[in-house]
Amino acid sequence: MTPPTTAAVQPVHPQDHLLRTDRIPHIWCSGCGIGIVFGALMAAVMKSGTPLDDVAVVSGIGCTGRMAGYIKLDSFHTTHGRAIPFATGLKLARPQGKVVVASGDGDLLAIGGNHFIHAARRNMDLTIICVNNFNYGMTGGQLAPSTPFGAKTTTTPLGSPDEPFNFCALAAACGATYVARWTALHVRRLTNAITEAMNKKGFSFVEVIAPCPTAFGRRNKIRRALDLLRFYYDRSVVKNQLDPGEATIDFDHSLAVGKFLDIERPTFLDHYEMVNRGEVEAWPATGVDASAAGKRKAG
Amino acid sequence: MSKAVLTGTHFMNGDEACCEGALAAGCRFFAGYPITPATEVAECMSRRLPQVGGVFIQMEDEIASMAAILGGSWGGVKSMTSTSGPGFSLMMENIGLGVCTETPCVVCNVQRAGPSTGLPTLVGQGDMMQARWGSHGVYEIIAVAPSSPQEMFDFTIKAFNLSERFRVPVMIMADEVVGHMNERVVIPSPEAIHLVERAKPSVPPEQYLPYQAGPEGVPFMANYGDGYHMHVTGLTHDERGYPVMEVWAQEQMTQRIVGKIKNNLEHILDYDLVCMDDAEVAVVAYGISARSARGAVLAAREQGIKVGLVKLNVAWPFPEDFIRDLSGRVKAMIMPEINLGQMVLELERLSQGRCPVSLVSHPGGGIITPGRILAAVRESLKEAA
Repeated sequence: MTPPTTAAVQPVHPQDHLLRTDRIPHIWCSGCGIGIVFGALMAAVMKSGTPLDDVAVVSGIGCTGRMAGYIKLDSFHTTHGRAIPFATGLKLARPQGKVVVASGDGDLLAIGGNHFIHAARRNMDLTIICVNNFNYGMTGGQLAPSTPFGAKTTTTPLGSPDEPFNFCALAAACGATYVARWTALHVRRLTNAITEAMNKKGFSFVEVIAPCPTAFGRRNKIRRALDLLRFYYDRSVVKNQLDPGEATIDFDHSLAVGKFLDIERPTFLDHYEMVNRGEVEAWPATGVDASAAGKRKAG
Repeated sequence: MSKAVLTGTHFMNGDEACCEGALAAGCRFFAGYPITPATEVAECMSRRLPQVGGVFIQMEDEIASMAAILGGSWGGVKSMTSTSGPGFSLMMENIGLGVCTETPCVVCNVQRAGPSTGLPTLVGQGDMMQARWGSHGVYEIIAVAPSSPQEMFDFTIKAFNLSERFRVPVMIMADEVVGHMNERVVIPSPEAIHLVERAKPSVPPEQYLPYQAGPEGVPFMANYGDGYHMHVTGLTHDERGYPVMEVWAQEQMTQRIVGKIKNNLEHILDYDLVCMDDAEVAVVAYGISARSARGAVLAAREQGIKVGLVKLNVAWPFPEDFIRDLSGRVKAMIMPEINLGQMVLELERLSQGRCPVSLVSHPGGGIITPGRILAAVRESLKEAA
C-alpha cells in the first residue's frame, strides 16, 4: 500500500491573492490589532464585489500606514497626514475606481485633521478606515488625538492633560455619509462595515478600536494583548443609529459601537458635474431684492 | 478649433498663458490654493478645465494641493498646481514624495518677495535655491524659468514633457512680473505642439518591476487601474517598489533618481545665447531679470561693448560644463537676480577664479533695470583692464 501524497501540497489561504506574501513577515508587533483590520479589509474587498483592478489603498505614515505595503492591489504609502488629499487626486483622476484610505488616528486626525474635515465636507467619495490604538505606536507610544484623558504615554508620563476627539462625531458633523465604529474583536461586523463603506457613495468612515499592547497597554497596566482586546470589547455597547455626537468612547460606562450614520448626499463629483452642466441655481436661490437692500441701508 | 488648444494670437498675462500651456500639454487635473501672485493660474484653470473634460479642485491648503496632484498623476492624468513662496514652502515635503515615487507633475511658482509673507504683490526671485534643495534628502530636480507670457505658455508645455519623460516633479520658476504682465502670446495648432507621454510597461504584471531602470534610467510607469497592482512608497525602496531599510537600497535608489537627470543633461539643459560669439563679458540671467539683461546687452553693443547674454531657460539642472568652459573664455561673468545672491553662487562655484563673478542684486519688490546691469558690465571691464 502506498502512503497518501497530499502532505506535499501547501494549502493556500483564500486571501493570499490579496496579500504581498513576499513581504511577510510583517512589521506589526504580536498582539497588534492592525492585522485583524487588515484581514477584514481583504475580506471586505472580496465581499464588495469590486473588480480588483479598480481598488486602490492609500495610507499615510505610522503602523497602520504600512497596510498599503502588504495589500496586493494598487497601493500608495504617502506622507504623514496626507493620505486623504493624495486619495482625493487619485479618485478625481479615475472616478470609476474605489479608493480606500487606511491609516491611524494620529495620521488621519492630528497631522491630517484638516484634510479629514474638508474631504468630509466635500463628501469626497472615499472610504476611510481609521485604526484607533490611542497612541503613536510607530514612534514608541506618544500622545495621540485619541489618547484618553489621564492615560500615560511617553510624552505624557504623568498622564495626558489633553481631551481626545470623538472621531465619529467629527466625521458626521463635517458631512460624512457613513459612520461606524467597532472594536477589533467585532471581526464579522467590522468586515460588514468596511464592505458597506466601500459600496457607499460618499465619504464613509469606519473607526476601529484596536489594541496596541506594546506601546500603549504596557504603560497603562494592561500589558497582555488579549486583556486589552477584552478591555475594549467588554466595555463596548452596540448602539446602532445612535447620534454620533453621543457615541462617546467612555471606558467607565459605555464605549459606543455600531453603525451610527448611513445617509445619502451628493458627492463632490456629483456636484461638480451639476455645476458644470449649469444645473445648479445661482446663489442665493431666493434671489436678491436690490431695492429692498438699498432701503435698509438708507434706514 | 480645439477647446484645449486656443490656436491663434492672444493678449494675455503670464499666469493665463501658463494655464493655456498646461491645457495644450494635456493637463486635465489641477489642485490648488489661492495665493498672490499665482491666483490667476488657478482661476483660469477653474474656468477652462471643465470645458475640456478635466477637473479643478480648490484644496484646503498647499500641502493638500501637492498631495492631490501626485494622486492625480498616479490616476493617469497629467496634473499640476501653482503657488507662490509661502505655498511653495508648504509643498516641499510632498514634492519630495513626488521625487521619491517618481511621479510626473508640474508645480508653477510665481515668485514674490520673501522671506515669510514678504511682499505678496511684488516681484522676487528668492526661491531659486529652494526649488533645488527645498525638500529634504538626496535628489535632483528640473526647473524652467520663463521670462515672458509667451514663455509661460511654451515652458509649461516643456515642463510637462520633461516631467513625463523623466518622471520627476518639474518646477516652473516664474515671477510676479512675468505672471502679471500682459503681452502677445501665440498659441500654435495642436499638431505643431510636441507632447511627451510617460512610458508604460508592456510586460505582464507578474514580470513588472515598477522601479527598474528603463530607457534613460527612467522606470516604466503603470497607472492606478492598469492592473499591475504595484506598491508606491516614499520609503527607500527596491526595484519591486518594496521598502528596504538597507544602505544598498538607498544607494541604488538615490543613484538612479539622481542619475536619470545627471546622465541626460543633453536632453534637459536649455539656454539661449545672445551676442555671445565675441563676448568679453557674459551676463547670465533667468526669468524677468533675463529681459533686463537683454536690454542691457543690446544697449552695450550699440556702444561697442563686447558683452553677451546667457539666458537660462532651464535653471535646474544648472549648465555646469558650459559655465565652467565659459569662465575660461570671458573676462567677467555677471548675474542679475532679484535676491541677494543665489544662482550667482553657481557661477562662483564653477568659475573657480578663472574670471571674476559679480552680482547685480535686488532684495525684492522691483526689477533690476537694464541700466544697473549696463553699469555692472562697464565696471567689470574697467577692473579687467
